[in-house]
Amino acid sequence: MNEKKEVIFKIQNLRTWFPITKGAFKKVVGHVKAVDDVSLDVYKGETLGIVGESGCGKSTFGKTVMMLERATGGQVLFNYDGKFRDITKFNKQEMFDFRKKVQMVFQDPYSALNPQKKIYTSFEEPLKVHGMHDQSERESRMQEVLKMVNIQPDYLMRYPHEFSGGQRQRLCIARALEVMPEVLICDEPVSALDVSIQAQVLNLMKDIQKDLNLTYLFIAHDLSVVQYMSDRIVVMYLGKIVEVADSRALYDEPLHPYTKALLSAIPVPDIHNTKKRQVLEGEVPSPIHKPSGCAFHNRCPHCMEICKQQDPALAVQNAENGHMVACHLYAEQQKKLQEAQAAQTGQTA
Amino acid sequence: MSNTNSMSIKEQNKSAASSLMKKNIRKFLRNKLAVFGLVVIVVITVACIVAAATGIDYGTPNPTIMKTPPNGEHMFGTDTIGRDMLARVLFGGCYSIFIGVFCAVMSSVLGAVLGAVSGYFGGKVDMCIVRVSELFQAFPQLVLVMMLVAILGTRSMGNMLFVFVITGWMTTFRMVRNEFMSLKGETYVKVCEAFGMSKSNVMFKQILPNVMTPIIVSTTTNVAYFILQEASLSFIGLGVADSTPTWGNILNAAKSIQVVQNQWWIWVFPGAAISLFVLAINFFGDGLRDVLDAKQQ
Amino acid sequence: MGKNFDSKEIILNVENLNTTFVSDQKKIRIVKNVSFQLKRGKALAVVGESGCGKSVTMNSIMRFLGRNAIIKADSIQYNALRDGKVTEYHIEKIDKPHGPEMRALRGPEMSMVFQDPMSSLNPVYKVGDQVAEGLLQHNKGMTKAQAREKVLEMFRKLGIPDPEERIDCYPHQFSGGMKQRVVIAIAMICNPELIICDEPTTALDVTIQAQIMELLKDMQVKDGKSIILITHNMGLVAEMADEVCVMYMGRVVEFGSLEDVFDHTSHPYTQALLRSVPVLGLADGQKLETIPGATPNPADLKGGCEFADRCPFAEDKCRAKDIPMFELSPGHRVRCLKYSSFPLAEGEPAAAEVK
Repeated sequence: MNEKKEVIFKIQNLRTWFPITKGAFKKVVGHVKAVDDVSLDVYKGETLGIVGESGCGKSTFGKTVMMLERATGGQVLFNYDGKFRDITKFNKQEMFDFRKKVQMVFQDPYSALNPQKKIYTSFEEPLKVHGMHDQSERESRMQEVLKMVNIQPDYLMRYPHEFSGGQRQRLCIARALEVMPEVLICDEPVSALDVSIQAQVLNLMKDIQKDLNLTYLFIAHDLSVVQYMSDRIVVMYLGKIVEVADSRALYDEPLHPYTKALLSAIPVPDIHNTKKRQVLEGEVPSPIHKPSGCAFHNRCPHCMEICKQQDPALAVQNAENGHMVACHLYAEQQKKLQEAQAAQTGQTA
Repeated sequence: MSNTNSMSIKEQNKSAASSLMKKNIRKFLRNKLAVFGLVVIVVITVACIVAAATGIDYGTPNPTIMKTPPNGEHMFGTDTIGRDMLARVLFGGCYSIFIGVFCAVMSSVLGAVLGAVSGYFGGKVDMCIVRVSELFQAFPQLVLVMMLVAILGTRSMGNMLFVFVITGWMTTFRMVRNEFMSLKGETYVKVCEAFGMSKSNVMFKQILPNVMTPIIVSTTTNVAYFILQEASLSFIGLGVADSTPTWGNILNAAKSIQVVQNQWWIWVFPGAAISLFVLAINFFGDGLRDVLDAKQQ
Repeated sequence: MGKNFDSKEIILNVENLNTTFVSDQKKIRIVKNVSFQLKRGKALAVVGESGCGKSVTMNSIMRFLGRNAIIKADSIQYNALRDGKVTEYHIEKIDKPHGPEMRALRGPEMSMVFQDPMSSLNPVYKVGDQVAEGLLQHNKGMTKAQAREKVLEMFRKLGIPDPEERIDCYPHQFSGGMKQRVVIAIAMICNPELIICDEPTTALDVTIQAQIMELLKDMQVKDGKSIILITHNMGLVAEMADEVCVMYMGRVVEFGSLEDVFDHTSHPYTQALLRSVPVLGLADGQKLETIPGATPNPADLKGGCEFADRCPFAEDKCRAKDIPMFELSPGHRVRCLKYSSFPLAEGEPAAAEVK
């Protein structure tokens, strides 16, 4: 099934490191490896959820894919009508055009709209910048996107502080849609909203995706929200991907011990739920002093000798649904699978 | 359809803006001190400008009426060489206020632009500009003025304006730089970057309006500061040339102890003009801050 | 009001608590006629969205609010049980919110854990000293060495690793979860009976949240503490609470045991709240229900049911006047006219014939 899908983003060995400097001469003494060697394909029209705890690099990953943060290494290939081009090497003009393809919705709707400007101005500026010079054309586009998020056009003349959190986030989504992007990167779009408002925004986002055939990169810390929204889910831990799976498969059979712990840590609003909670020991280590080997080994209940020395690679565990995991527990199985595949290709060749 | 809509949108715009303005004016009017400040500023400024426009005589010495105390003809009396004090104070006000306003506005503009660049770009650019500002701060204004007088050989208003502007921008600069550093982390700035807007657009069209309130308030108080600076420099004889009457220059005439003791009107009236105007500006600035700050909440 | 409860069993009794804030010469009622009882050794969850008055209610009980808050209540009674003897405190009658009477209560009797561990600790003092402060305040004559011993004991109990070393660290050397443990240590050090936790895990990661919740549950079950948990997370409620109090716009709209509220959810708001939150393992294509509209501004509220504008069952009579509480089953009270056939629990009768 996966082969039929068109890849829109091909991310290869992406690294975003922030230097830590010391002293008057800003000597670089180390790096915060916010995103460390991440490779991933994003398919057209899907919602790819990215989940992890604070400091795992999920937001930085989103920003790097949008080139709001400079990548330290690796490639981000974007599909321009079948041709892949590396956006990390774009010049200013190419980058400017790329901004129309990929847009972002940010976490905090309260600071995402300039408080000094009317919504009208905030909405008009991106269109002006991107060369829509006719005012009536601009206004009709503005009305079009506002209709999508169920906000009356005459609200345009108001200031941001006159809107509630949910309305503001809908406005932010509408503004991102103005330039007709193909991909929307959503960085914790509902975590600043009230619980009763979250569902409104989530459902709205789902509807818009269906209408416009958008691709979402949905970044959030709340696994239940991510699971509700996403087709596929990426679990990140300390800058690395530990597991990639279809949303259903991740819930039904999580493989990585971290994913399992994450799933069991989420409180379920069901009093008849008898699932024994597995409480993880310790806390996420700082990304400056990452543990050797597998970054998770000091909290892992199944830690083996090899985990302390060798960093496990992300490999396919289940060829049918593309379930991938980076864990030594599954190394043997994965090896067998790879051998089988190699043999298969050898036979056909 | 969209045309009619744009019409209605614009009309609404006007009514909304005017209602906000009305609210702010009402709020300002409630602050008695600020209103008093505004009235004093307007009265003094208008009086000075009218006086200058009608071209009353402030410069011709009249030895027959030297050191006349205030009377019906010369309301503020006359100075040591018989010039009418009222005319001098009014005419001097023109220069003093001009110096104050011009220097405050120019130094704010300079400080705001440099602060914006410094705060937004950060890094090496920021470090350079900050060092330069520290250099200027470490240099006493007095020494700079003396240097300029020595180099150019004359004391002129141009000198004064130049020195005031290049030594006065640091406070605004620091304030704007700090504001920019915190505001550039705001999400709406990120949104603009995500839309690919140019850096100058983000800096001056997006962030700067959010810093305008403190800039405006500090500009008003700077007006007062520069008037005082001019007065003190002129008083010690390093300011504007003697032939130009500024409030400070008029006071300069009262340097001798005899004048201070015997001809009180020569120093009381210009002194009072300075104090009153400066006080009024400070009251006005306070009121302005209250009104503009509340709008942001 | 007559005393119709056993003060041995009930630790906190609140009757008709009203909190009004004065701002810009306008009075805004934030908490309206809130009544509830907390049983000794039980956990009560107060659920609601931001702005529903749940934090203000608790701060009113602790008398933490500023001068612009007017607190009125028929009764806020706290019953301390020490060595089998019950002492009653009437908090509503204490005049000075920062006077000695109130201070004697805070710490040894009831204490609070705040939402943000990052800002609950003073960055310039060592954590050990911050924890010991409460001890030294309430136990005159205790030496610093004794206090340190107690703090170490508390750190060990709360699972802070290497307590001997960590006690002399500064807050910035702690991670978020550890800071929250320190905050809990501060709240626990004087051995209070009632602990009010105001969104204790909202600022923390889920795996850390699980650890902290485990800790709180332990305190309740093993040490017999009474806990009030303020939260907006229905999942946490299901795991932690014995009784649930759902609040909306300053009113208690539903109150009952965990089973009452989750299995016999009665108020339309509670129902909507439970259905609109994404739950793990939803079937594919299943859509979340949404609550239309937004939470109203408390200054703009008119009379009648606060939820009426967002309620699918709203009728004209809902907007007419304040809605009373009805008792569906013993202990399960709901503020909704849908249940007007049930006996009245509190408030003005809707129809004249009901008592």
